Order: sequence, then C-alpha cells, then structure tokens
Amino acid sequence: MTRIQHGPRKSWRRSLYGPRCVLLAAVLVAVPALADAARAAHDSFANIAASTFDLEAQGVRELAVSGSPRAAAVIDALRDRRLFAWKWPRPDTPLYIRIDTGFVDARTGNPVAAPNRVNLRQVIVNDSVRSAIDTAEGALGLFSSNVATRRKAADAIFQTADAGALPLIERALAKESDAEVGRVLREARAAALLKSNTGSTSERLSAVGEVAARADLSARSLLASLQGQTPQVAAAIGAAVHDIDRRLQLWALAENVYYGLSLGAVLLLAATGLAITFGVMGVINMAHGEMVMIGAYTTFVVQRLITASAPAIDDFGVLVAVPAAFLVAGALGVVIERTLIRFLYGRPLETLLATWGLSLILQQAVRSIFGPTNQDVSSPPWMSGSIALGGLTLTVNRLWIILFAGLVLAALMATLRWGGLGRSIRAVTQNRRMAAAMGIRTPWIDALTFGLGSGIAGMAGVALSQIDNVSPNLGQNYIIDSFLVVVLGGVGNLWGTLFAAMSLGVVDKFVEPFEGAVLAKIVVLAFLILFIQRRPQGLFPLKGRAAEA
Amino acid sequence: MQLDRTTTAVTLVCVLGGSALLAVSNLLYPATSVLHVPDFVISLVGKYLCYAILALAVDLVWGYVGILTLGHAAFFALGGYAMGMYLMREIGARGVYANPTLPDFMIFIGWNKLPWYWYGFDHFLFALAMVVLVPGVLAGLFGWFAFRSRVSGVYLSIITQALTYALLLAFFRNDMGFGGNNGMTDFKDILGFPLNRESTSAGLMLITAAVLSSAFLLARAITHSRFGRVLVAVRDAEARTRFLGYRPESYKLVVWVVSAVIAGIGGALYVPQVGIINPSEFAPGNSIEAVIWVAVGGRGTLAGAILGAIIVNLGKTWLTNALPEIWLFAFGGLFILVTLFLPRGIIGLFAARPAIRGAPEAESSAAESAAREVAG
Repeated sequence: MTRIQHGPRKSWRRSLYGPRCVLLAAVLVAVPALADAARAAHDSFANIAASTFDLEAQGVRELAVSGSPRAAAVIDALRDRRLFAWKWPRPDTPLYIRIDTGFVDARTGNPVAAPNRVNLRQVIVNDSVRSAIDTAEGALGLFSSNVATRRKAADAIFQTADAGALPLIERALAKESDAEVGRVLREARAAALLKSNTGSTSERLSAVGEVAARADLSARSLLASLQGQTPQVAAAIGAAVHDIDRRLQLWALAENVYYGLSLGAVLLLAATGLAITFGVMGVINMAHGEMVMIGAYTTFVVQRLITASAPAIDDFGVLVAVPAAFLVAGALGVVIERTLIRFLYGRPLETLLATWGLSLILQQAVRSIFGPTNQDVSSPPWMSGSIALGGLTLTVNRLWIILFAGLVLAALMATLRWGGLGRSIRAVTQNRRMAAAMGIRTPWIDALTFGLGSGIAGMAGVALSQIDNVSPNLGQNYIIDSFLVVVLGGVGNLWGTLFAAMSLGVVDKFVEPFEGAVLAKIVVLAFLILFIQRRPQGLFPLKGRAAEA
Repeated sequence: MQLDRTTTAVTLVCVLGGSALLAVSNLLYPATSVLHVPDFVISLVGKYLCYAILALAVDLVWGYVGILTLGHAAFFALGGYAMGMYLMREIGARGVYANPTLPDFMIFIGWNKLPWYWYGFDHFLFALAMVVLVPGVLAGLFGWFAFRSRVSGVYLSIITQALTYALLLAFFRNDMGFGGNNGMTDFKDILGFPLNRESTSAGLMLITAAVLSSAFLLARAITHSRFGRVLVAVRDAEARTRFLGYRPESYKLVVWVVSAVIAGIGGALYVPQVGIINPSEFAPGNSIEAVIWVAVGGRGTLAGAILGAIIVNLGKTWLTNALPEIWLFAFGGLFILVTLFLPRGIIGLFAARPAIRGAPEAESSAAESAAREVAG
C-alpha cells in the first residue's frame, strides 16, 4: 500500500513548484493531514476535479488503483459528464455526481441537497483524460466477478505495462483464482517490472522469460522497446526477440495458408457450379455470377420471412436459405436452359454473348426489385466470432465456409457418382446418342444438369452473403475468377477444380503481403495467362480426342 | 462483289459526308439558325466514330479470323492513356498546383519527380508513336504466346478477358503513375488548339471520320487480299488450313496486332473528345459491349461493325436519358435477340448472300459435339 502514494507525492511536489498550479497547491496544502490511505484516496478525488488535464488524468489513474469502492462510480460519472465540482476554491473540494433524482456526494455516494447550480462546474475531459479513463476502467475490470472481463482487463494492463500498476497487479494476483487470468497477470507484472527499470538482474531475467513466453507481437514490441539494460539482460532480450520473430513467422505462414484456403473455398464454391455447366456441358454461362447473386438475395428474403413469421428459428435462417437458394437458382437455371441455352448448343461464342446479355437483365431485374444498395444479411451468432488456435485467430464464418465448400463438393461428387441423375448426366456427356437409345430423355437431362450447376451457384451465394456485400453486382466479382479456376483445373474435372481453387487462393494470399492485394491479383492473372498458354487443357487434362477444344 | 462495292461506297460517303455536313452546320450557322447543329451533337458523333473504330478492330479479328476477343477495350484504353499522357503534359503549369513538369495527380500523391515512362510524352509525335506501339507490342506479346500454343475458342476469349481485367486492376493503383482511380482529366488543349473551342471539336470529329474511313479501307484491303482469304480459311477450318501448309498462328498474330493498333488509335482519338480517361475503360463489360455492336451490325462485314457501333450507341444515349431503368433490360435483350434471331446482324438482312460464307456453325458444332463426347 505504501507504493500507492508514490504518484500523489510526486504530483504534490510538482504542483508546489509548478507556476500554473499555485491555486491548486494552496488547496492541497490546506487539506488536513489524514491517515495515509485516506489521504491518497482523497487526493485523487481532488485531482479528478483539478484545473489541468494532466492532474485530472493522474487523478483518474490514482483513483483506479486506490481500491476505493467509489472509484468505478466516479470514473463512470466523469466519462458520462455527470461529475460536478465546486466552481470556487474550497479546501474540502466537494464533488457531486448528478443522477436522475438530484445529486449524490462523489466520495460517499450519499444523496445531498441540490447545491446551487451557480456554484457548480462540470468536470470536462480531453483525449489524455479519456485514455486514462479507458485504462482505469480496464484496471477496475481486474476485480470483476466475470472471468472474461478480468482476462480482458489483464490483457489491457499488460499492453500498457505501467509501473504504477504493479501494486494493483499484486493485489489482483493474490485474489485471482482462474489460472489463465493469473498467467496473464504474471506476464503483466513482468512487463511492468521490466518497464519500471527496478528489480535485480535475476528478477529482470525471469521477467524477460515470462514475457517472451507469450511469443506474440505485443510481447515482441515491449521487449524491443526496452533501452539501457545491463549486458546480461540485454542479451536475454535480444535472444527472446529473435525467438519470438521466428515463431511469429511460422504463425504468419500458417495464417497465410488459412487465409489462402478460405479464399480458395470461396473460389471453389463459386466455381463448382461452373465446373458443371462449363466443365461438363461445355456451356459458357456468363450469367453464372448472377446465379450466385440470386442465391445471396434468396438468403436475404428467407431471413426476412423467418424474422417476420418464425423469430424462434431466426438463428438458423441461413440453414433454411441453403436449400431455398438451391431451388430458386436451380429452377431459374432450368428455365434458362429451356428458353435460351438449348438453341445455342454447339455455338460457344454465341452462348457467351447471349448469357452475358442475360446477366445484364438479371442484374437490372434485381436492382429494380430490391434497389441498387447493399442488402443487410445478418450472420447468426454461431457463425460469428473467432477461435484462437495458438498464435492463429480463425474467424468462425470462414471456417464454416471452408466446411460448406467441402460439403457441397462432396455432395456433388456423390451425386454424379452414385445418384440416378448423376448417372444420366454422365451417360449423356459420354455418349449422347447411346444414352438416348437407352431411353434417357437427353434434353431433359441437359436442363437438369444446367439447373444443378445453377443451383450450386445459388448455394455459393448463401455462403458469400455472409462475407461479401449483397448487391446486384455481387456475381460480377466472381465470374472471371470462377472461369479461371475451372480452366486451370481442367475442364470436366472436379478434383482439378478443387486443387485449382485452393492453389489460386493460397498463391494469392502469399503474394499479397509482398505486393498488396491488387497486385497479387494481377500476378495471379498474369501467371494464369501464361499457364493457360503452356497447358491449354488445364492442370489435369482429359485424355482423348480433344485436340481442338 | 457489286453489293460489296456498294456498301463500301455507301459507308465512306456516310461517314465522311455525314461528319463534314455536321461540322459545316455547326461552325458556319449561328446558334439561332435551324440548320445549326449543337456542340454536344458534334462531340457525341465524334465519340460514336471512335467506338466505330473499335468495332472495326473487333470485327477484323472476330468476323474474319474467329477470335472472339473480350479484351479489345484494353487496347482502346491503352491508346487512350498514351494520348492522355500527352494531353496531361500539354497542360503544363496551368494545373491546380501550377507545376510545369508534374501533373496534378502526382503532386497530390506526393511525387516530386516525373517517372521515367512519362519522358517524351511532351512531344506529340512521340505520343503518337506510343499510341501505336503500346497496344501493338502488348498484342504482339500476348498473341505470340497465345496463338503459338494454340489457345483458341472460348479459352482465348477468357484469357483476353483476364488480360483486360488485370489491366483494369493495375490502372486502379495510384502508384502506377497513371492517375489511379480518377485517371486523367482537365485537359486544356491539343497541339495548341484549346479543347473547349467548337472548331477544335469539329476538327477532331472530322479527323476521327477520316481515320475511321482509312481504317475501314485498310481492313477491307486486308480481308480482300489473298492474305484475307487465308484468314477466313483459318476461321472456318483451322486444322485444315494448317494441313494445307499454312501457319495459322502467324496469320492470326499479324491481324491481331493490326486490330489492336486500330483499337489503340480509336482510343487515342476518343480521349481528347470526351476529355477524360480512367481505368473504367478497361472494364471487361466495355469489351463485350464492343462485340455486341459488331454482332448487331453484322459480323464479318466491316461496314456492319461501323453501323452497329453507331446504332447501338445512339440507342444507348437515347434510352439512358429517356428510360434509364429500361436500358440494361433492352441492352441485355439485344444480346439475346441478336444471337438467337439475327446471327448475321442488320447488314445480313439486306445482303442477298450470307455475309459469312461456309458453315462456321456446322464446323464448330461438330467440334463441340466431339468435345462433349470426350468430356465427362
């Protein structure tokens, strides 16, 4: 407890000699001598209403570590501008908190008779006081009954590494029951010790070890910022920084792979449908992106309907949207095939133009119905947040999308391999006439195949609605990428599509840190242009007579 | 042959005579006269003529060699950027920051030195050379890689689209030194003629008309030569042409580069008339739009490309003003209707014989069904 007065005493001296604070010094000198702890608390209460922001910020800090039961209420009041002080110098520096029914005494919390407003001034704050308030509220959080709050507060204390917080940390450590929070607190203690330039060499060495064990960026920057250490400690710090750097690099590598895979999953979702319509049927569907967009809008509509009719299952609206988007986009795909595509079989370039026109119409239709602005699709709670895995932070929605992309691909492969429709699709693509002779209605299979590809695009839209803006242009951003994935993977080869999507995603994310996102995209595109020229049939070419394809 | 001569003559008369008439009535009659053509019509027509040059370039490769290019607007925009750089340097110290060497946008992003690739653009002739060279060299490199490894059909279309998309992204970057997002604008004059003077606009329009006519005659000369017949042979049966001893890739490459240069010149004429060049000119949609102009007018007819570019853009100007909601429906519908019901375009309605001889559809559908048999 003795250390607590370290701050106030210093300020006392400064205010005595500081020419600006003569008035305040007079007030402080006039304060009657009290017991040590009480005086500390009293001084910080007085400082909070001081006439300079520096003193005021200091008062906030002192109050936070004073252990006063009124600290939280007073600091809250200060933040909310409900704290009032006496306008004129007065030895007892009264402080009031305005509440709905009147005023309470800030020190005791007892209601007081409303003072005359003429005598009051509101205590105002500036940025430095505000940041002191933030720290103070963090420190107060150390004694919260909620483990997560304590953990957060301990982290914040570690970040500030304020030597003045040491006694506070000690007190919190003595009370702490949770091992995880205790660990962070010990790290914070080590950090504060290192910052304070006190302690013996062996104490400081063990503190370096404790901080280094965190092995994250904040530990690194803390260690790297320490100056003027004894050679032994400096060497330990150097080694620790080096070690952290190496570990961070490894984590960054892993993180890049994860980001790459999640981008790859998005590409895979967008391209899987295309792998059916383009890869299997050979139809260049430039409106494929719009099928994705319609899937996203279906999600929006389904969420609205559920919120309106069955709020109980609100959180699972996205799950309902998956089959709905499949059906809507699939049905639209069947209609498009019957009314447009079937007249253009064997004319790929004309198909390209007609479907481009179709994509313009679909975009404008959606724009006319829903308006040009982004629609708000909400993420359910079970899809938000993140998971910390070692030094990695994995966002949950990306994890779901990777999982979903895998599921969609697996389901599609299973359908093509074992399903009745899949068998017919394979029969028709392998030998149309023979399939017709065996009684398969080939035109109907064409329509269903196109519907299947479109439906998968619709399901991709559900996933994309969780990570991208739902606007009429949504599909445009994915169409070129999707084609590149299908072409890279080799037409008509789903494993190739998977491999191509994942490698494109990972390559993109690995180029990004060096060159920026846009240039990464350009590098990937340039690579693909060169690649297609080397291997026009993709990574996994089909064997056969496709010399002219 | 008779019909072909007639369309050629009609096209030249319409392009040259029409623009001359417009220019005369704009400049000679006072604004109050009924015969006076307002200034905005002049700049609009100048713009259409530039689009017609782009359409001509697309028709040369799509109509006669069967390369469906989805990236020709990239060459158009590159030519435009080369001209834009000259116009930017021509501003000199009259910019907002009054810096005699650095364009405003460079000062804005804190550059203090002109990048090396801007050297020389203060000379008009150098800029003209770049208008030809930049699209030409890019097309040459791209085509050399693509045709040599026999990338064709839809694959070629997709990588041309990827090309223009990559350029779009690249030019959006501020540190490319081409004005980033905003591109270049605020041009003052060209060769000393102020751009806001009506005689300059009329003059630019006339020059565009003359260039369009020359490009038309050049394209016609190419397609009517022995060389052009080989091009059509490549379009209709590439493998057969190869087996006859020709090298299709060389023929494709030459006409591809010529087409890119024509597109680049069109872009260079476009920029001083619209007064701005920015990365959106690289948008893949623009290239596809150019393809549909050709499809509407009549693929493989040259005159049809010019006609299509002008008609579609007239419709666009009118509809985007009158019924902006309807425009994309109409434009999208145009793609579908033309490909389904009007495969020979407007010119095809008047031509007695098919504008595209042979049976490209039959050939490609045979190849397609072969591919479909193999696929899966």
